[in-house]
Amino acid sequence: MSLSCGLLPVLDLDDSEHEYEMSEYEGAKARWCPGCGDHSVLTAVQRLLAAEQLIPDQTMFVSGIGCSSRFPHYLKTYGFHGLHGRALPVATGIKLHRPELNVFVVMGDGDCTSIGAGHWVHALRYNMDMTVMLLDNNIYGLTKMQTSPTTPQGFKSNTQPRGSWLPPMNPIEIALGITNTSFVAQTAEWVPAHLYATLRAAYHHKGFSFVRILQRCPVFTPQVFQKAVQDPSRITMMVHDDGVVAPELDKIYTSQVHHDPHDLAAARAMAEQTDKIHLGLFYKDASKPRYEETRRVAPHTPAERVALLDKELDKYAV
Amino acid sequence: MSAASSSATSAPAPPKVLRVSEHTVEIVSDSGEGAQKCAQIFAAVSAKMGNGVWTVELIPAEIQPPPRVPEGASGNRVRVGEHAVTNWGDRTNLVIAFNEQVLLARHRLDALADDAVLLVEDKWARSDDPEIVVAWTAAMKELSSRPYRIVPVAMEDECLTIVDNPKKGKNMFALGILARIYGRDMDRVREQIAYTFRKKSEEMYAQNVSLLELGYAWAEDNIDFRVEIPTHEADKQLVVMNGNEALALGAIASGMELCAMYPITPATSVSHLLSEVFERFGGMVHQAEDEIAAVGVAIGASYSGKVAFTVTSGPGLALKTEFIGLAIMTEVPLVLVNVQRGGPSTGLPTKVEQSDLLAALFAATGDAPHIVMAPATIEECFHIMVTARRLAETFRAVVMVLSDANLATGVTPFPKPVLDERWQAAPLDLAPVREGQTAYGWDPKTGLTQRIIPGQPGGMYTLTGLSHDERSKVAYSSGIHQHSSAMRSRKLAVLSSLLTPPPVYGPEKGDLLVVGWGSTKGAIEEAVDRARAEGIKVSSTHLRFLSPLEPGLKKIFAGFKKVVTVEINYSDEIGDPYVTDENRRRGQLAFLLRAATLVDVDCWTRVPGEPLRPGSILEAIRGRTPRGGTA
Repeated sequence: MSLSCGLLPVLDLDDSEHEYEMSEYEGAKARWCPGCGDHSVLTAVQRLLAAEQLIPDQTMFVSGIGCSSRFPHYLKTYGFHGLHGRALPVATGIKLHRPELNVFVVMGDGDCTSIGAGHWVHALRYNMDMTVMLLDNNIYGLTKMQTSPTTPQGFKSNTQPRGSWLPPMNPIEIALGITNTSFVAQTAEWVPAHLYATLRAAYHHKGFSFVRILQRCPVFTPQVFQKAVQDPSRITMMVHDDGVVAPELDKIYTSQVHHDPHDLAAARAMAEQTDKIHLGLFYKDASKPRYEETRRVAPHTPAERVALLDKELDKYAV
Repeated sequence: MSAASSSATSAPAPPKVLRVSEHTVEIVSDSGEGAQKCAQIFAAVSAKMGNGVWTVELIPAEIQPPPRVPEGASGNRVRVGEHAVTNWGDRTNLVIAFNEQVLLARHRLDALADDAVLLVEDKWARSDDPEIVVAWTAAMKELSSRPYRIVPVAMEDECLTIVDNPKKGKNMFALGILARIYGRDMDRVREQIAYTFRKKSEEMYAQNVSLLELGYAWAEDNIDFRVEIPTHEADKQLVVMNGNEALALGAIASGMELCAMYPITPATSVSHLLSEVFERFGGMVHQAEDEIAAVGVAIGASYSGKVAFTVTSGPGLALKTEFIGLAIMTEVPLVLVNVQRGGPSTGLPTKVEQSDLLAALFAATGDAPHIVMAPATIEECFHIMVTARRLAETFRAVVMVLSDANLATGVTPFPKPVLDERWQAAPLDLAPVREGQTAYGWDPKTGLTQRIIPGQPGGMYTLTGLSHDERSKVAYSSGIHQHSSAMRSRKLAVLSSLLTPPPVYGPEKGDLLVVGWGSTKGAIEEAVDRARAEGIKVSSTHLRFLSPLEPGLKKIFAGFKKVVTVEINYSDEIGDPYVTDENRRRGQLAFLLRAATLVDVDCWTRVPGEPLRPGSILEAIRGRTPRGGTA
């Protein structure tokens, strides 16, 4: 089949009977450290791809640089492992030109909230339809234990050996503060059912679905979420029929709050409460304008373009 | 009102007629007084009547500098010739100035010919504000150091006879004066006014025409000379535009569909035009959050389909360098236009310079071979975009296009491009990848490969800026890095093998060869013509490709006793304190040519913040050659 999409806004669907197994989305063998939270995110993503039967050649994973940004290599889809902090501009370009592709973005905490913070803020506002994962282990791992914006205050690192000076940045608060934000959720790598349900909700949302995934680095920050890992009561699940739905967790995570994800003020109030970890969907609004839709232009053939340009040039005629 | 008939009866003596092959006119004012519009209409009418025209904007750095200060001088220089005009020339022959301070600015820049006629608004001499009168008197004294002919004109008082607010519309009065002096076809002037103010009301048009005619009549009665420049009807259909408009329209002609940019002077106007029209052609301008994002978006779009482009100026190029390295490493095609301005740092945002050549060549860290081209004329700004897109795609390369503020704001007519569908990108081909096709299946001889884009069944791979093998697998081994480096570099040698040596302007043997690049071509060739008329054995050649360099240079250089580059960038002068032949920092093209040819290439460079004058280049040529001919 030869298919030219120059004039087609969408790809043909793969109409074959083929059913993709999870294993068909596996790329190279993951080389993260044993116990790294990235492994469970990878598994959840592969499960999602299979569950949604996403066609591998029409699916795109874009990442920056850092441990988590190796992600695309471990999947059998198209991947773009680009520059530190710059995954989002690349994803923006891909989605603008090829809105029919399924676009996923994977970033670490240094990647997204530090060097790429400017792009992050604007990408939230562009609200393009992509699923965006912040793999937040509170530390720079690949460069070996430097403080990141989300590192807990007082945490000793190679760059702040007497303890991190400042209170950590709260990425959820920031995401909720940006005009035109349309989807903000938080989940944790050690609650696989919740992680999967959150990614699934994110994928189904039309717009920029921002998911912060709390995770541990087994080498540098094994303790950061340890209390919450060991004691589920330290976690408050935000529950709602239109939120992250994972009823199988109800028995373990008994601390629950009913939160309507369409209520932005309540979401912001919840995000500010840092005494407890909130998991679930903070906010969702599918009616927010999406940049790639707003900017969609009618395609033109070369012949049409030549005719139009010839006329345009006449405006400059002497 | 017929111009010719009324002057015969009312003027006391018929005006003296100056028959010349060219004349240079300036209209200067404070910002926002309409000098630009006046000059543009005058230039457009001149071109339509069959004159060669080159227009340059005189732009202050601020949007609204304070009134009546020399630094705020704003306006246009229009050089009108019997034949095609390729540059802004040397000095101005006639000026209309709306105040004496902006006139003073031009005088201090040595922009005015000694025998220039200066028509200056004289209401300032009669101002109630004693400070203004003092400033006027001082200015007149300063101007008297040259034998200019100063003609005071009560422009506002004249305009007041038909309008309430002479500040608006004085420019049309000035246009009337010019129309009379240069014998411009008044029907064409009126037509051009109608076109220029087409978005304004009928009354506005009528008022502008009245002011135009008032200026014309005033000049009939008060100006005792006329200037005649022969005209020749063009045998081809011409279009007139500036270099940034040509770049924008050329991008459309190339079939590119995305311009990702961030505002920066003097590049931004490329995107202004595209923002206006691009969507009608199936394209779009994306104004990114910063320079880095702009190039990132262009790379993302290019990677996933058709080649996209970004436009910037010096500081923006600096910010984009990491992404440029990524595009080169991953062989994502990209067109990057740098409309150069004065640097380093913020430098001279509105002024011309050619100081980014080395930054463009060595923009990225690591070994990062890419293509660098420079248009030499405004017409080439159009066509270079077509070439750049094609080269980027064919060679999976980053192509940098180095324009500059001289081309960006210069306006001149050129033959209307005859468009060709084949200039445009082919529609995306999403056929399944061939058996055995890999992400970088380098042809071992040429390094050329066919790229895979997302959506192609069976092509899934992860692009990475890490060192990689031909399947795009991360590979740190020295053998693979050596080979992939060679493959990326080889492409430039292949391109170079396809280029022809640059033509030599003039005889292929002589005392001196002038080598230029970019916007200086017209001025250099005019200087060479004038030098040869003096008997000097000088020729010139002009480079469009800077990476890879055009072939055959060594052989061309061998025909001349000396080779000198002429460039608008900084170089040390031999004889300056501490400067020796060994430590001398040379012009950027000279640096490059010396490295590439081992020829002892000299340079003559200046950074005046304005285009080079042919007369200055002529002086440099004289200084480097034995005086030939009969001298």
